[in-house]
Amino acid sequence: MFPTMTAEKPISLKPQVPLREPSAATDDVQRAIKLETRHLDFYYGNNQALHDISLQIPERSVTAFIGPSGCGKSTFLRTLNRMNDIIEGTRHTGDVLLEGTDIFDPRVDVVALRKRVGMVFQKSTPFPKSIFDNIAYGPRVAGLKDLSRLTEIVESSLKRAALWDEVKDRMRDSAMALSGGQQQRLCIARALATEPDVLLMDEPASALDPASTTRVEDLIFDLKSNYTIVIVTHNMQQAARVSDRTAFFYQGHLVEVGPTQELFTRPKEKQTEDYITGRFG
Amino acid sequence: MSVHMQMDVSNLHKDLLAMCTQVEDMIHRAVDQLSEPNFETSRQLVDEDNDIDRKDVEIEDACLKVLALYQPVAIDLRRIAAVMKISGELERVADLAVSIAERACGLLNSPQVQVPDELKGMAQRAIGMLHRSIDAYVDLDSTAARKVCLEDDEIDDLNRELIEQLIRQMHKHPEQLDALLHLFSAVRQVERVADHATNIAEDVVYLVEGRIIRHAHKLNVDKPGS
Repeated sequence: MFPTMTAEKPISLKPQVPLREPSAATDDVQRAIKLETRHLDFYYGNNQALHDISLQIPERSVTAFIGPSGCGKSTFLRTLNRMNDIIEGTRHTGDVLLEGTDIFDPRVDVVALRKRVGMVFQKSTPFPKSIFDNIAYGPRVAGLKDLSRLTEIVESSLKRAALWDEVKDRMRDSAMALSGGQQQRLCIARALATEPDVLLMDEPASALDPASTTRVEDLIFDLKSNYTIVIVTHNMQQAARVSDRTAFFYQGHLVEVGPTQELFTRPKEKQTEDYITGRFG
Repeated sequence: MSVHMQMDVSNLHKDLLAMCTQVEDMIHRAVDQLSEPNFETSRQLVDEDNDIDRKDVEIEDACLKVLALYQPVAIDLRRIAAVMKISGELERVADLAVSIAERACGLLNSPQVQVPDELKGMAQRAIGMLHRSIDAYVDLDSTAARKVCLEDDEIDDLNRELIEQLIRQMHKHPEQLDALLHLFSAVRQVERVADHATNIAEDVVYLVEGRIIRHAHKLNVDKPGS
C-alpha cells in the first residue's frame, strides 16, 4: 500500500516491498506491476499532450520510453512522480497507480511519493555543495541528523551508483569539480539515498561521452535487480541495450509496448517500425 | 533510414539478386549434365563457383559493414540477416552444382548405367524449390516461402526411395559399383539442393514475419507470438 497522508497514520518513507536478492530482470519471470496508468489523459492548458495511456510497468526491470520529440514520453515520465504538478495550467484525467494506489489521491504526500519515485534528469544537476552533502541532502531533508547513519547512506549510495571508488578520498570536495559522467552518477547516487523503489531517468546519458555512457548503462543494469527503472531515451540503441520492455509514443499516444527484443526485431505496428528504422521522426 | 544505409542496403539487394540468378543458372546446367555430361561444362562450373565464393565473401563483408555502421533494427536488421544467410545458402548450392556435374561426368565411363528418370525429376523439383524460394525473397511472400518448406519432405521421400533403389542395384550389379556410387552421391547432392532451397525459404519467413521457423516442426514452436 502506498503511504498516504492521514491524521491517524504516520507516513512511512521506507520501501513497502523489501529489497530482494539480485536477479537478472531479462528473464521470463512474471513480475508484479509496480506502476500502472489507466486511461491517462494529460493537458497543458487546452493542449492535450497525452491521450488515453494505459500502461503497466513491472517491478525490478527497465522500461524504456522512445518516440520523436514532442511525442509525450517525457510528460508521461514526469506524471509518474507528479513532477508536472509544478507546471501551472496542467491537469489530467485517468489514474496513475503505484502498487495499486492512486498517486493523485488528495491524501498522498507528494514529497513522500517523490522519495519513492526518484528522478534523474538529462543534465546532471549537482548542488554547489560537497560530494558528501549532495548525497546526504535528501536524508537530511527527511529529518535524519545522525552523522554516522548519514555516512553509511552516503557510502552505500555512492557504491550502488558505482562512484564510490572514484570519490571516496575527496568527499569534502565540491561536486561541481567532478566530470560530466561522474556528476550524472552522483545524481543517481543522490536519488538512491532516499531509498526509492522507482527511478525515473530522463535521457540520463545524452550529454555523456561513450565511456561515461557505458558506465551509466552498466549501472542501470546493476540497479534493476533492486529498483524499477523507467528511462526516456532518444538513443534507440541505448533503449535496445538497457531495457527489458520498450514503449513507443507518438503524438501523445502509446502506439506499442512490449519486450524490447521483440519490439526491435519484429514490431507489431507499422508506425513503430517506421520510427525505429528511421523512416520518419 | 539514412541515405547511406539506404544505398548500402539497396546495393546488397542487387548483389544478392545477381548471385541468385547466377547460382540458378549453374544448378540448371549441372542438372542438365545428368542427361548429357561433358567435361567442358563441368570446368566452367568450377570457375563460376570460384566467382560465387568471392561474391559470398563480398556480401558478408558488406552486411557486417551495415551492422557495424548503422546498427539496423526491425525490418532492416532482418533484411541484413536474411541477405547474409541466403548468400551462404547460395554459395553451397553453387558447390553442389559443381559436385553434381562432376558426378555426371563420372558416369561417362559406364554407359551401361543410366541415370534414373526419378533422379532427373527429383532434380527438377529441387530446382523449382530453389526458384520459388528466390521468388518468395523478391516478392517478400512468406506464404509462398512456407509452401517451399513443405515440399522438402516430399524430396526427402524421393531421396530415400532412390537410395534404396540404388542399393538394390549395387547388390545386383556389383561390377557397376563405381558408377552407382556416382549416382548415389548425385542423389544426395540433389537432396541437399532442396535443403538449401528450404533454408532460403525459412530465411524469407524470418525476413517477412520476424519469426524463426527453422527446426520449428521438431520444436513445435512455430506459433504466433513464439
